[in-house]
Amino acid sequence: MEWDGKMGYPPEMRESIKKVEATRPARLHETFPMMSPQEKEDILRRFHPDYIASAFREIRIGPNKGDRTPHELADLLEGRPLIDPDALDLEQIDYDTDVLVIGGGGAGSAAALLAREQGAKVIIATKLRHGDANTMMAQGGIQAADKENDSPAIHYLDVMGGGHFVNDPDLVEALVRDAPMVIQWLESLGCMFDKEPDGTMITIHGGGTSRKRMHSARDYSGAEIMRTLRDEVRSHPEDITVLEFSPAIELLMDEKGQVAGAVLQNLETGEHLVVRAKATIIATGGSGRLHYQGYPTTNHYGATGDGLVLAYRVGARLAFIDTMQYHPTGAAFPEQILGLLVTEKVRGLGAQVVNADGEQFVFPRETRDVEASAIIRECVERGKGVRTPTGMVGVWLDSPMIDMIHGPGTIARALPAMVRQFARFGIDITKEPMLVYPTLHYQNGGVAIKPDGSTGIPGLFVAGEASGGVHGRNRLMGNSLLDVVVFGRRAGRAAGQRAKEARLGRLTLEHVRAWNQQLAQAGLLETAKPSPQVLPDYTRKIR
Amino acid sequence: MAEELVPVYIMGKRYDVPPGLTIMKAMEYAGYRLVRGVGCRAGFCGACATVYRLAGDYRLRVGLACQTVVEPGMYLAQIPFYPAPRAQYDITKLQPTFATLVSLYPELLRCLGCGTCTKVCPQELDVKDIMARAMRGDIAGVADKSFDCIMCGMCVSRCPAEEAQYNIFILARRLYGRYIAPRAQHLAKRVQEIEAGLYDQDIQRLKSLSNTELRQLYNSRDIEPE
Repeated sequence: MEWDGKMGYPPEMRESIKKVEATRPARLHETFPMMSPQEKEDILRRFHPDYIASAFREIRIGPNKGDRTPHELADLLEGRPLIDPDALDLEQIDYDTDVLVIGGGGAGSAAALLAREQGAKVIIATKLRHGDANTMMAQGGIQAADKENDSPAIHYLDVMGGGHFVNDPDLVEALVRDAPMVIQWLESLGCMFDKEPDGTMITIHGGGTSRKRMHSARDYSGAEIMRTLRDEVRSHPEDITVLEFSPAIELLMDEKGQVAGAVLQNLETGEHLVVRAKATIIATGGSGRLHYQGYPTTNHYGATGDGLVLAYRVGARLAFIDTMQYHPTGAAFPEQILGLLVTEKVRGLGAQVVNADGEQFVFPRETRDVEASAIIRECVERGKGVRTPTGMVGVWLDSPMIDMIHGPGTIARALPAMVRQFARFGIDITKEPMLVYPTLHYQNGGVAIKPDGSTGIPGLFVAGEASGGVHGRNRLMGNSLLDVVVFGRRAGRAAGQRAKEARLGRLTLEHVRAWNQQLAQAGLLETAKPSPQVLPDYTRKIR
Repeated sequence: MAEELVPVYIMGKRYDVPPGLTIMKAMEYAGYRLVRGVGCRAGFCGACATVYRLAGDYRLRVGLACQTVVEPGMYLAQIPFYPAPRAQYDITKLQPTFATLVSLYPELLRCLGCGTCTKVCPQELDVKDIMARAMRGDIAGVADKSFDCIMCGMCVSRCPAEEAQYNIFILARRLYGRYIAPRAQHLAKRVQEIEAGLYDQDIQRLKSLSNTELRQLYNSRDIEPE
């Protein structure tokens, strides 16, 4: 019978699995050494996708003119606005609010709750459903230095080192200081963190951590945080209104140069909606669906970088937009789940990364950029990857080791989402390894912010993956869920406070006219791609 | 060798698609640019619940469109939204008891125990059993057994007693997380320490180091063993 995608591994891949099984007993007692600082730098330069110069170009207009970014993002940043400023009547205001939050993921939901605590009326405008976001998909965990042998200062050092020492120190300080507070807040909202019977948080290592500070909720950590925050937002309908299927397609300004809300578009009817707000928070997440360098992605369907485009057109500066994170372990088999996330928690629990011959070739918990580069080297340069029937190549993530290290049943208990995902395609990860290859995972940079989420543009705040600076050039596992809650809360609080004082003038889209002029002067108006992109297009091109 | 296409019927209309595609990718192959019924594309968000039947089989099957491979002759329709009541509450003012569940969701007691919900759960949760636990006031049990619920709404769509299972379950999980699970004492202690400024000096010292000094410190830091 022909292999149809639900029958587990085909025979040629099973041959390699036999080698993995043969080396497993010995490997259980072996630790592959970590790379030296010099080795890390070398492997990044030679194999990390950020160093492929042809994948980048200089941006030709706007605040980051002359800076490098991937072609796909540059095209959208230099894009042509979707609305005609002369065709939209700004006197007709559909929603008038204190705080507008653009994006209904973890950062947006946390921001809405904190703005409400400041007494603000809040609107969350979101592209798809409330909670359709990368937060929902985060599996492994959230970092916080709350154990006896750990401290916010140790966490700080790990974050700076992971980010290659270029992170914004003030943002990192905010991240690590707030971390225990954030975990406690989530605990009080009813998040079910993994705990010992006495309430002690169960914490493990992640790549680049020097202490075991990864808190989890099985391997639905992000889903548990997201659905709890969403349920809390839904508990305050008198103060927080959620507009689903209504992405922002342009920011509004007023005649005083303040950001004053946004134009939304109802995705189902096409209708434009004018939202006037005294403070606006962009919490639109990342841009994995732009598929930089043709990579598959772990990201949500709506992750098209819209917030960066909107902020850029009102003059906000972007930071670290020349670096993306490729998660070392995206699924490389079966084809149906290509590029989807295999959580770093698998390695945190002790699974090793091995090649086609069952040999280790990298310490399993290097930082993500280094780990991903080592896997690319193993497959591309050394030719020790495993080829799938559809021509993909990958290395093994030896999950069965986990039950051998921590006892039978650990995988089922700690990784139910992973077990279920692979079981749907006939693979039992408690007995067989997973084939993995790096996948586009995270936008390391974004709109430059201050610790309160402010951007230097009056009235505009940014939080979460859409912001840039806290993670430098590489984010550590477990610092993204932390980032969205820490900076969502901070931006929400600051926006709520601003809404008490801000006085808006007449609404205007003058900045859009000015942008179109800049495009024309640079000779780009004719060729500019419409942006923001809003959704990817995966339809087969039909006649 | 060109692949043989397989027929699938999207809302009754036939399209021929390559075998091996997920339902979601098959719809996109057919030309649908999805807005509803698509979300994380990885089995976590519950946006793409789909019902289908196979040729010659009376059974109604369910799957997530992003995780289910098409089969020849599959008749399918997505259920991207299904109305379900959600009670209004302030989690800080509740008690983790059966009385709370039943006062917020009185229809809980209408459950017939028919098991239709269990049959349609794409996460293969034993929804009937979890509802039985709710009716016994076993909030910890509901929280534990419903943990993998992605709130797709399939149970709600098929329930003859018109229950809103997934909303009852998240209420139980929040009650458990807030009131029943023991609080982390080390966490409370650390929060107090931070608020008292205990770590301010350490962080300021790190912030004042030169890049070279910080690198040295990082490269020589001790790492907690496994």
